[in-house]
Amino acid sequence: MREKPLLSLLLVTPALLLIVAFFVYPLGFSLHSAVTDDSGQLTLAHLNKSFELYSQDILFSLLIVLLSVALIALLSLTIAGLITLSPYQRLVSILGLLYRMPLFIPFIVAAQMMRTFLAKNGLMNNSFVASGLLEPLDTVSFLGWSGIVFTFVWKQLAFATLLVSGAMAALDRSQIQAARNLGAGRPRILLEIIIPQILPSLGVALILSTVAIMSVLSVPLMIGTGTPTMLTADMAFRINSYGDYGVANALGLISYSITAVLAWFYLRQGLANGGKPA
Amino acid sequence: MMNSQTLSVPTRRLRLPLNIRYSFWFQSLMLLVLALLIFGPMVNLLLWTVAESWYFPHKLPVEWGFKYWQQVFSPHSDAVGSLLTSIGIALLTVLLCVMVSVPAGYALARRSLPLRALIMLLFLLPQAFPNLAVYMNVARIFYDFGLNGTIVGVVLVHTVHGLMFSVWITVAAFSSVDPTLERAARNLGAGPIRTFMTVSLPQAMPGILASCIFVFLESLDEFTGTFFVGAPEITTLPLLLYTASMEGNYQIASITALILLVPSVLFMLIVDRFMRPEMLSKIGH
Repeated sequence: MREKPLLSLLLVTPALLLIVAFFVYPLGFSLHSAVTDDSGQLTLAHLNKSFELYSQDILFSLLIVLLSVALIALLSLTIAGLITLSPYQRLVSILGLLYRMPLFIPFIVAAQMMRTFLAKNGLMNNSFVASGLLEPLDTVSFLGWSGIVFTFVWKQLAFATLLVSGAMAALDRSQIQAARNLGAGRPRILLEIIIPQILPSLGVALILSTVAIMSVLSVPLMIGTGTPTMLTADMAFRINSYGDYGVANALGLISYSITAVLAWFYLRQGLANGGKPA
Repeated sequence: MMNSQTLSVPTRRLRLPLNIRYSFWFQSLMLLVLALLIFGPMVNLLLWTVAESWYFPHKLPVEWGFKYWQQVFSPHSDAVGSLLTSIGIALLTVLLCVMVSVPAGYALARRSLPLRALIMLLFLLPQAFPNLAVYMNVARIFYDFGLNGTIVGVVLVHTVHGLMFSVWITVAAFSSVDPTLERAARNLGAGPIRTFMTVSLPQAMPGILASCIFVFLESLDEFTGTFFVGAPEITTLPLLLYTASMEGNYQIASITALILLVPSVLFMLIVDRFMRPEMLSKIGH
């Protein structure tokens, strides 16, 4: 067929315009206003102020991300590993259905569930008390850092496990069989044969989870206790209470930087997959 | 450590070694814990939707009833209004996404384009950056154009977020269309537009519909962008949920959450057949 590159470009233009006007431009705008003052001069004032006021929250966000991502990695590898290697087909099919339950549950719904579930008088503590594991007076509220991590892991685990077990399912079964015939146990097959081959998928899952954790506003607002809180909540506060775009965007710049190293990996992965014609 | 060699022996069902039975109970226990952790919060939410009063130290609601359901579904309640707003915004978002991503998806899948990889990457951007910091600047830019607090503004924000799904899935859908059929249609004298409408588009339709469902759900559930661009004039269901929850009105918040949950769970059950991990590993290829 004859190709008219101009026509192809024309077909893509509307979608491109949308993404450039309503994402790339505001992104540039945010980077620009993080490092310039009102007169457009380069300044580090906003960044300095951010570190001065919010260094505790920056550290808090970083720890939440690292802890959540580590738990997501551990649990998704365990679940996907069980699905791939477990000999009990019935357990595997229940597990496969179970882990996917939270996949499409919105963050805000998850946040509302956890707000009541993890509270001092929530269903979790009540169950512990009813089963005799805890005395009513010993219960503590899990709202706070542990609740935030719990919510993020609860919600993101489904997605991460889906990607990881997808990668595991695509592996060549004969390798696993060969290792088994040579006498390797399941944990060893998982650690030495399966995991090294699915690392790129795990990486993508963890990066997307990091981006989600750094973007979600509802969870820290609804589960957090106020101080320290996550950068997302600080940015919203800076805008809504002070209209202070300089500091808010400087915080944005910091949260980009936290994800940037990871996002770079993600984009490179995307390039490897999507860069070639399908 | 499990003795896995015994597993490849065909007679393993007859005489299970002791350690294998242990591993069965251990795996069952893990499954049970996972089930409790996943369903616990959901059950708690359901309890709150029918709890008329529930306070310390009662482990279960003191009074049960549907009082708050009536409140939520009374014709002039905020909830019905925001449900309609949410659905309207989601439908407009789907429409806009489809309108721009069908031509884009076709061009990216079928035609040679300069900088194709770069263009594909651009559509990934909204998922690769923490988008809250971008939304607050979108709100600032929209302010100058009077788009803040308007349906158009919210639809634009949701569209940009949904484009990643619609463009990438549409590209995959058009890529799977058999090019020889298109060529055959052209050879039989059909024009390019007719070929597209009667040969390429119908074959890509399942993928396009799937992307529509994704975009619809993403828009329905979107909170952060609406929070910055739409509030307080536009109240979607997630914003209503948030306000009710922060006011301590857990019944209204839980019922709203349940309404949001229904399409999500329905969708999960519908796509369960298509969302097999083995299928997912093909997306983007």
